[in-house]
Amino acid sequence: MLDYLWLVPLLPLAGAFLLGVVGRRLAQSTVSLIGVGSAGLSFGVSLGVAAAVAEMPAESLPMVKSYFTWLAAGSFRVEAVFLLDQLSLLMILVVTGVGFLIHVYSIGYMAHEGGYYRFFAYLNLFMFFMLLLVLAGNYALLFVGWEGVGLCSYLLIGFYFLRKSAADAGKKAFIVNRIGDFGFTLALLLMFWTFGSLDFTTVFGRAAGMPVEPAAWGQAGVLTAISLLLFSGAVGKSAQIPLYVWLPDAMEGPTPVSALIHAATMVAAGVYMVARSHVLFAHAPLALTVVAAVGCLTAFYAATIGLVQTDIKRVLAYSTVSQLGYMFLGLGAGAFAAGIFHLMTHAFFKALLFLAAGSVIHAMNGEQDIRKMGDLRGKIPATYWTFLMGTLAIAGLPGFSGFFSKDEILWQAFSSPSLPLGWLLWLGGVVAAMLTSFYMFRLVFLTFHGQARYTPETAHHVHESPRVMTGPLAALALLSVIGGWVGIPAVLGERAGIANLFEHFLEPVFSSSTAILRADAIAHSHSEELGLMGLTVLLALAGLTVAYTFYLRNPELARQLAETFRRPYQLLLGKYYVDEIYSAAIIRPLHWLSERVFWQEVDVKVVDGAFNGVAARARSFGLWVRLLQSGNTRSYGAWVVVGALVILSYFARDYVFR
Amino acid sequence: MPAETVLFFVFGGLAVLGALNLVLQRHPIHSALSLILVMAALAALYLLLGAEFIAAIQVIVYAGAIMVLFVFVIMLLNAGEEERTSMSRAARYVGLPVAGLLLAEVGYLLYRAWPEGAVVEADKFLGRTGPIGRLLFTDFALPFELTSVLILIAVLGAVVLAKKEL
Amino acid sequence: MVPLSYYLVLSAILFGLGVVGFLLKRSVITIFMSIELMLNAVNLAFVAFSYHWQALSGQVFVFFVIVVAAAEAAVGLAIIILVFRTRASLNVERVNLMKW
Repeated sequence: MLDYLWLVPLLPLAGAFLLGVVGRRLAQSTVSLIGVGSAGLSFGVSLGVAAAVAEMPAESLPMVKSYFTWLAAGSFRVEAVFLLDQLSLLMILVVTGVGFLIHVYSIGYMAHEGGYYRFFAYLNLFMFFMLLLVLAGNYALLFVGWEGVGLCSYLLIGFYFLRKSAADAGKKAFIVNRIGDFGFTLALLLMFWTFGSLDFTTVFGRAAGMPVEPAAWGQAGVLTAISLLLFSGAVGKSAQIPLYVWLPDAMEGPTPVSALIHAATMVAAGVYMVARSHVLFAHAPLALTVVAAVGCLTAFYAATIGLVQTDIKRVLAYSTVSQLGYMFLGLGAGAFAAGIFHLMTHAFFKALLFLAAGSVIHAMNGEQDIRKMGDLRGKIPATYWTFLMGTLAIAGLPGFSGFFSKDEILWQAFSSPSLPLGWLLWLGGVVAAMLTSFYMFRLVFLTFHGQARYTPETAHHVHESPRVMTGPLAALALLSVIGGWVGIPAVLGERAGIANLFEHFLEPVFSSSTAILRADAIAHSHSEELGLMGLTVLLALAGLTVAYTFYLRNPELARQLAETFRRPYQLLLGKYYVDEIYSAAIIRPLHWLSERVFWQEVDVKVVDGAFNGVAARARSFGLWVRLLQSGNTRSYGAWVVVGALVILSYFARDYVFR
Repeated sequence: MPAETVLFFVFGGLAVLGALNLVLQRHPIHSALSLILVMAALAALYLLLGAEFIAAIQVIVYAGAIMVLFVFVIMLLNAGEEERTSMSRAARYVGLPVAGLLLAEVGYLLYRAWPEGAVVEADKFLGRTGPIGRLLFTDFALPFELTSVLILIAVLGAVVLAKKEL
Repeated sequence: MVPLSYYLVLSAILFGLGVVGFLLKRSVITIFMSIELMLNAVNLAFVAFSYHWQALSGQVFVFFVIVVAAAEAAVGLAIIILVFRTRASLNVERVNLMKW
């Protein structure tokens, strides 16, 4: 089965190709079969690969399979090579598994939309690129996948391209991503210049032999530079400050797209990439600190914006940005396994939340404003209960998946020996956790509880989604509940022998970096850890209670608070006016520069001028030379004599010109 | 002064005078007759250089056929005296000075590469018909055949061009 | 006992006179004759050098020059007749239609 690893990304590619070429003429059911079937088969192959790996001894991973030489230019060689280790195996399972469920869901959700075959073609194409990204064995191939998922994101955000806001959102996503990709490309160049290769094995092998760089701005070396530039790419792809602005706008796309790309997988690509580059980051503590700081800040910042948003998908979008911040906080603290753990649990519950939100929107006939919802609990129970499971998970209530992953990150941030001011980052994360709990339960209460605030016409339309949509919801809800049990921390599960299964699974991947970063570990007591854990739970419950009070017990309270703190409320509602600031400070000057300067001056006057000028010179020269053709034979004779003189002088040049 | 030198100067002078006359005369027929004189003088000079065959050819073909053709054409076209037009500034202001330059350069080259001590002596005369004929049919056979083709083409061309109606 | 160089000087003079005639004269026939004069001057130089290097091929070349001059004269004069028929003049400056 391992020989068929290449099928995992190529099956969706085949699906995408088939649908792209002939999809228009196929029946909707055939399109569904091809689209979902290719994703399902890919998942099946991934399971087979996992089974095959399980039977092999532990030393057989990492496995490198090279298929062909893609680029060869001088000393620059890039092979098409897949790297299979525990990390990439986990990623392909998550991507194909969650992806498959979302494909199934889309059969129901997109059934009455136009462009059905186009949707599945793009979705399959996305799967191909994402799988290529996680299986890549060198940075060049990873970058191909990186760019490819960006392209598919653009195509899918702008799926309803006849709507200007959707088309604009697609452009915005692509362009903001590009800014991060610029940093990523610089990292690749620097990497090649330093190591002479982009291959994972080569680069990490050479980097491992280099000394750990000092964590001071003036003294950091090339590894820090590479790591920071790689992270800048992750900032764009995974929507961290300051390049997160595209993600909320990306909600213009169909909800399954938001679930797959902007919650579970594509935005996680940045996290995966940083985790994959752990060797480089471990040698650059300064970069790790930056990663953690940016993650923590983003987690807090996005949570504050999510407090007051009124579109159900917007709230989830900011929540995604916030949770991605958590993942980077974990990575920055040196707990790479914890960050990936949260990536996995987040894929489960965030995809679930988005799909359930899509179910709500579907029931509400397209309405997305939560102020116009309410009291849907009884009418769409399956949606309600699955949504609630997701909310419990994301809020980090004990036993659910989010609890284990989030707590692991917070504890690692607090106790990491390599992270300066770890307690401060922990504090930010904990406050953000409380805010997360609050705004998620606010969402639940406003959407499903309380009084119905929608019109009677909509009331007729409200109906539960078909089984093809609720099935995936149920599956994801199950995963959101039990998915965290593979990562029960030592404090809780040691006696039962099920501690840290997840971390042990990924240990071979990260062992070298963990050794470096835990070198000066101070022993922390179990009670410390339990204490912090309890504090987090308490704060999560507090958030729940406050939300309950504001939105169920005493709805007026929320409005009064908004009135009292008018200015801060407006600031949050306006998302800190970041989009407006970007537009005024960057976009408009750039526009002006492009139009007035580069186009009218440089392009028209200089480039066109030079070009036309050459042509004009040639023409005038020709006009001048043709005067030689006077038609008078005697003149021609004169010129012949001149020519004869020249030729004679040439042949006798040694004599004539001493 | 030895006889060859005198003969040289006589015939050389005749050649130069004929050439001058060709340039200075206004009526083409006078120029043609001057040219015949030049060719005759040159034939004599060839004999002084020992080129018997060439001298004979010169008289028979050049002076005897080509120049006759020229005279016929002049008579046929009833060419009169030249008009005094001058529409070419290039010829007068560029051509003449440059021609002078050309001559000067040739003269200079001769001066620089003056063949010292080379004299024309009768014992070293080449140019009998036999050896030339042999060369023509052995080493220069191909050019020889080609020139015959050339003459054929010239004949055809001349006939076609000068016909009254094609 | 004539030095070789005298022949060369004579050839140069004749050639120069040919060039001058070629530039100054206005009747096409006279121009043509100046060209023939130049050819003759060159022939003289060839024969002189043929003697000097004792190489008979110089005279063979003169033979060819004369043959070609004959062919050229035939065709050239035919063209002159044609030109005279169309332009009714032998003045070379009247034949000036091929210009820009």
